[in-house]
Amino acid sequence: MKVLVPVKRVVDANVKIRVKPDNTGVDLTNVKMTVNPFCEIAIEEAVRMKEAGTATEVVAVAVGGSACKEQLRTCLALGADRAVLIETDVDIQPLGIAKALKALQEKEQADIVLFGKQSIDGDNSQTGQMFAALTGMPQGTFASEIKIENGKAIVTREVDGGLQIISTSLPVVITTDLRLNEPRYASLPNIMKAKKKQMDVYTPEELGVDVTPTLEVLSVEPPPVRAAGIKVESVEELVDKLKNEAKVIS
Amino acid sequence: MSTLVVAEHDNAELKPVTLVVIAAANAIGGDIDILVAGEGCSAVADEAAKIAGVSKVLLADNAAYAHQLAENVAPLVAELGANYTHVLAGHTTTGKNFLPRVAAVLGVAQISDIISVESPDTFKRPFYAGNAIATVKSNDAIKVVSVRGTAYDGVAAEGGSAAIEAVTSVFDTGLSSFVSEEIVKLERPELTAASIVISGGRGMQNGENFKLLEGIADKLGAAIGASRAAVDAGFVPNDMQVGQTGKIVAPDLYIAVGISGAIQHLAGMKDSKVIVAINKDEDAPIFQIADYGLVADLFQALPELEALL
Repeated sequence: MKVLVPVKRVVDANVKIRVKPDNTGVDLTNVKMTVNPFCEIAIEEAVRMKEAGTATEVVAVAVGGSACKEQLRTCLALGADRAVLIETDVDIQPLGIAKALKALQEKEQADIVLFGKQSIDGDNSQTGQMFAALTGMPQGTFASEIKIENGKAIVTREVDGGLQIISTSLPVVITTDLRLNEPRYASLPNIMKAKKKQMDVYTPEELGVDVTPTLEVLSVEPPPVRAAGIKVESVEELVDKLKNEAKVIS
Repeated sequence: MSTLVVAEHDNAELKPVTLVVIAAANAIGGDIDILVAGEGCSAVADEAAKIAGVSKVLLADNAAYAHQLAENVAPLVAELGANYTHVLAGHTTTGKNFLPRVAAVLGVAQISDIISVESPDTFKRPFYAGNAIATVKSNDAIKVVSVRGTAYDGVAAEGGSAAIEAVTSVFDTGLSSFVSEEIVKLERPELTAASIVISGGRGMQNGENFKLLEGIADKLGAAIGASRAAVDAGFVPNDMQVGQTGKIVAPDLYIAVGISGAIQHLAGMKDSKVIVAINKDEDAPIFQIADYGLVADLFQALPELEALL
């Protein structure tokens, strides 16, 4: 069984980002970039499937600029067998990514396509579901547990009210939630080995895909600043302020 | 202009987020129809028909839609949605699940998690965990939009008298099936609907200590939340998570206990009207956005607080 894991290169979660002074976007010069945390969980799950004998091959794929090779190497060091970069300098949006991945899936014919549930930069939570629609595959989104048995995927989903368990046919799209697993760290020998693993590069044109965005970002602004309030000295003072000043409790 | 709003419900009653989505549809303008897709959900359609400002309720009552499986609901919404200029749903786990599928079937982009409608084709949405707000214009013929549950005040649930029309299309793809669910029985208000929320973070040290929050929550009629750190550490389940990758809340009062204030958490609660932080680390970033900060050991402060309420 082949597992395809699309990953995204994003700003490290610990970086405090800044909006550009001209309001055209977010300033990404010289900031630390990483594999999107939910994509890392997806890679981990795929590698565990391989270790458990469920999967035979794990392929990591990224859609974006050539700098994404760095994150793909990380995925190879974490245990992916090979990587594919669909290289484009277009500021690509979820539907475009889904179309490019669909073209790759036609070549790869993966049985399980494991996405992160959202990227921590765009915060869209769209790409996996769009890919599933375009390929006509079922989807198990926001997964906290995945079981593959008898040609079916049994996916436990984190939903607003608790958990939902669904069963789907294969091939399937699964998007990972936080509690699915705790990703490992890449070991030095594996980082060295990753350098020798195969990485193919295609362009969207080679795959026959139009990735032109249809959403236009008119401006990007920092959020309104919330002024710091006051420090209270005691629980009594806090309760008094909430009752008599803020009037939010009675 | 016309908008199709996909109702969120559990086959018995309408979820409050639907009223917020309709408020966003009002801001867009034009006629508003509501789709109620489910099984045995005619009571929900009756409820939807009473909402102020709704023109028509479309009722798709079929076993295929019983559990809101995206594989079946998305083609239905796409088929109906092709007749509208806008298709809207809440940015909840249900909306997030099926709406991108709808957009892909229609061949259009989706604008996720909007916080305001600027014009019928332009919307504001936060990204980078709320550290930047983008104004986004859609050049697609149909705008597929998910609306943040705190974006608008919900419209009035009463006052309308829309006609209910049955939808006969049935999409049963057979790709997926419902097995079971564990829906948490809430003894307290739901997180996203509560007017007071008290949340615990890593400082709570373990799940057992969340009991310290329960007594206070009961006295205040509050919902209990948690930071990602607390969920990550296994103290509490994920459906309690407030933050970038959890739930977005904006209550009248938010009490953060033992939460340092990582940007990912702030993304989920910084629009609260009044924020209280209780933390023993006086340099915790949470104090930079708190209206009232108390530097104290939570294990002393919480029992004191409960006693005083």
